[in-house]
Amino acid sequence: MQEFVQNLIYGVETGAIYALIALGYTMVYGVLRLINFAHGDVYMIGAFVGFFACTQWLPFKDLSQHPEAATLNVLLAIVTLFLAMLICALLGIVIERFAYRPLRNGFRNADAHFWGFVAALPLTAFVGAMTTTKRQGAFLAVGVIVGFALRPAMAYLSKKIKPSSSRLNALITAIGVSLVLENGGINVFGADPKFIPDILPKRQISLLGIEFDSSRVVILIVAAVLMATLRYIVLYTRPGKAMRAISHDIDAAKLMGINTDRVIAFTFALGASLAGAGGFMVAAFTNIKVVPLFGLQPGLKAFVAAVLGGAGNIPGAALGGLIMGVVESLVASKYPQWRDAVAFILLIVILLVRPAGLLGKNTAEKV
Amino acid sequence: MRWILGRIGLFAVTCAVLLAVNRVVTDNIRVDIVSLLVLCGLYATLAVSLNLINGITGQFSIGHAGFYAVGAYVGGAWTMLMRPALEKSLPILHTGTQIGDHLNLLIALVLGTVCAGLTGLLVGLPSLRLRGDYLAIVTLGFGEVIRIVILNTDAVGGPRGFTPITELVNNHGIPLFWVYGLLVVVVLFSRNLLKSAQGLKFLAVREDEIAADAMGVNTTKVKVTAFVIGSAFAGAAGVLYAHCQTGITPDSFDMNTSIIITTMVVLGGTGSISGSLLAGMVLTALPELLRNDFIKEYRMVIFSTLLVVFMLTRPQGIFGHREIALPRFLRRLGKKGESTP
Amino acid sequence: MSQNGLLSISNVTMRFGGLAAVSDVNIHVAQGELVGLIGPNGAGKTTLFNLMTGVYTPTEGSVSFLSETLNGRKPYEIVRSGMSRTFQNIRLFRELTALENVKVAANMRNETSLLSAVFRTPHLLRNDDEIDNFSRNLLEQMDLADVADTRSGDLPYGLQRRLEIARALATKPKLLLLDEPAAGMNPQEKVQLMDLIRQIRERFSLTILLIEHDMKLVMGICERIYVLEYGKLIAEGKPEEIRKNPKVIAAYLGEEVE
Repeated sequence: MQEFVQNLIYGVETGAIYALIALGYTMVYGVLRLINFAHGDVYMIGAFVGFFACTQWLPFKDLSQHPEAATLNVLLAIVTLFLAMLICALLGIVIERFAYRPLRNGFRNADAHFWGFVAALPLTAFVGAMTTTKRQGAFLAVGVIVGFALRPAMAYLSKKIKPSSSRLNALITAIGVSLVLENGGINVFGADPKFIPDILPKRQISLLGIEFDSSRVVILIVAAVLMATLRYIVLYTRPGKAMRAISHDIDAAKLMGINTDRVIAFTFALGASLAGAGGFMVAAFTNIKVVPLFGLQPGLKAFVAAVLGGAGNIPGAALGGLIMGVVESLVASKYPQWRDAVAFILLIVILLVRPAGLLGKNTAEKV
Repeated sequence: MRWILGRIGLFAVTCAVLLAVNRVVTDNIRVDIVSLLVLCGLYATLAVSLNLINGITGQFSIGHAGFYAVGAYVGGAWTMLMRPALEKSLPILHTGTQIGDHLNLLIALVLGTVCAGLTGLLVGLPSLRLRGDYLAIVTLGFGEVIRIVILNTDAVGGPRGFTPITELVNNHGIPLFWVYGLLVVVVLFSRNLLKSAQGLKFLAVREDEIAADAMGVNTTKVKVTAFVIGSAFAGAAGVLYAHCQTGITPDSFDMNTSIIITTMVVLGGTGSISGSLLAGMVLTALPELLRNDFIKEYRMVIFSTLLVVFMLTRPQGIFGHREIALPRFLRRLGKKGESTP
Repeated sequence: MSQNGLLSISNVTMRFGGLAAVSDVNIHVAQGELVGLIGPNGAGKTTLFNLMTGVYTPTEGSVSFLSETLNGRKPYEIVRSGMSRTFQNIRLFRELTALENVKVAANMRNETSLLSAVFRTPHLLRNDDEIDNFSRNLLEQMDLADVADTRSGDLPYGLQRRLEIARALATKPKLLLLDEPAAGMNPQEKVQLMDLIRQIRERFSLTILLIEHDMKLVMGICERIYVLEYGKLIAEGKPEEIRKNPKVIAAYLGEEVE
């Protein structure tokens, strides 16, 4: 019984993280009907921001040697949390602007420049590795030149043919962005696992004979606060209302004078910042190794959670995340080898019984 | 009956040509290039078979590696587990002889194909209720479940992997014959289907399911058929893969493999058989050929960036819905074979 | 009426959630008739079509065609029994050519197997030829032969409408359901359409039930008219009776009659 409750608590904690990621999926799906496959990788970036902040950027103290620095570390951890959220939000905006907006509005010059430079980056890295004199100028120049040279080629490709709005293409684009982030991550951060040291004082909390880590409680509390904030934003602020309007009918929203592009960017920023917070917290408080594929499995499971609750439905995502976490934790305690299959079996069963998800509305195509 | 004779003749000629090509290639080309060619053929088969589901019928499957895995493991299970048990009572199943090896491979092929097709039936059933992204994610999930089931099946090695008898394909030096033979079959299958009025049903389902239904197309049957056929071919490719690799592990069939196959279909132009074929071969060969130090390190970033750029600038793929036509004399040859008695 | 009744809708009600889109409707169509179904927007006309063609199953009541009840039958089975339709918002197979669109429908009763298609058996090739000839012939009769090989999504609007009718005819229906065939057409095209409907009715000895907004067209060609408002049948009769019916005038025709 005690073990059961313990697993339940672990499940709720994992579920809270799934819920944080799932919210980003569901919001984007709500406004764009797009599975933002790269969302799991934003979560990964959150973990890396946490890693670099904790080990290099910020003056965290090693608690085993300076036990008095606990307060300082707590404050710095809060700063790191916001930093991870901010950087991920920016990343979310960039992804939306240069990968998904061209799908909606057509491929523009600015997009060609951006992707030209991204494609040129490996080459610049190559030149950078060759120039021992640390000539940053030459380094940059190559990137600019190659990026510029690639532009006409892209313009040629895009101009000849009219764009299509196929869902399959949108999905493949999203998968492509995810691959860019993962493989870029391998090149930039290296594939070796990294660990965030213990930055917060650890305490075992024992409640009614059940023992658990204080850091896990931190995850739960922060996740709850973030979700409450999100709820407030979506329900009571102007951009939140605009978001709901768009998810109802994007064309009508446009006609009502809503700057849909800006609201969509806001949606991505919001979702990405939640994922960033989740990534940082998991990396910092559960001693998990941080690698460029850090976001793959959680991202996939969080997506399943979003579908479980009803894609596009915000409370549904939170509920789906919690259910996923609990079920997975309970199954994993008995049959650890089936841990990763649980999510998908649950998904298949739910979709067959209730294709619109638990809280989703079933909308049939109009004939 | 001239028709049947013509078909048999065509079959014999194709086999002879494939054997000859196989001979010439293996005699003159480096071993590693030959194995790359084998891989190219397998991926082209996978892409063309997925094209039947995604491109032609307009369904949204991104878990194709699962069927590939079913074929590989069922085929492997035949040669490694079932065959040895039956060998004592049926001496013809002994390996090491021409007849025995080929017979075993054929049995493995049949079993792998049938089992993958049945799995396809199972996965195709949700397609009756689910559309678009939801179907995509369910197929992805099925693919993962298949992989995890294999991972937990100790009889086929679990995470350690499994080594079926590779000599069946390699010993007689004709891996290219088998692989490209399968490719020819799947390409001809798709092409002939599309050329007949029957094939239009599949396209109609892709274009507008409700209208297809209203025009008397049994959309349920069409969708499930596409799933079964597409996955059966993937299973056949899996059997061959298992028997020309030094070993298979569940990791060879993970989500990335599925995504790569889907990418091939999309880049080739959904619905275009020749597009899937070419994209399948090029996308397999290119990363391997570009393996110098620099590109090796960055090839995956470059590859994925190009993928995104391509999707944004040329969303209909290289060929769109079009096909590359065969040269005229070949077409005339085909016509002659088809003329009704 | 019952002995040569082709289609009969008896006491049909359709509810979506709490809302009754169609309630307690009775419609009977006899062999060879050309019947109109009119009503303001949202009156439930298209829902009624969807009930007949099997897209929806009625909550109450039954639809029967050729004295067989259709409740619970799939749309493709109903087409095969001889009832074909067009759509209000054109639903062609846009990427396919005009000819291929018609062939999909003409292929309906094709019993050749998938394997014979793969092996291209002589039987199949003959069959395909027949379908091809039949379809080209039909396009010819519908004045669409010139655009047979044009991608249907690229056709001008009027031709798309006509192609949809051709496609419906390719299933060799006994009863043809036309859902606002004149929507979006200019007056001249509407006149042509009226002629076309009369022609195909003669040539294919069809029974036609059509939904239409354009009064001139409906009054011009229909022999009998049903009027639907808020899901209920409010009138039934010959065009001149409908024109004079005060309920109909109040509900729908108001300005046009004054």
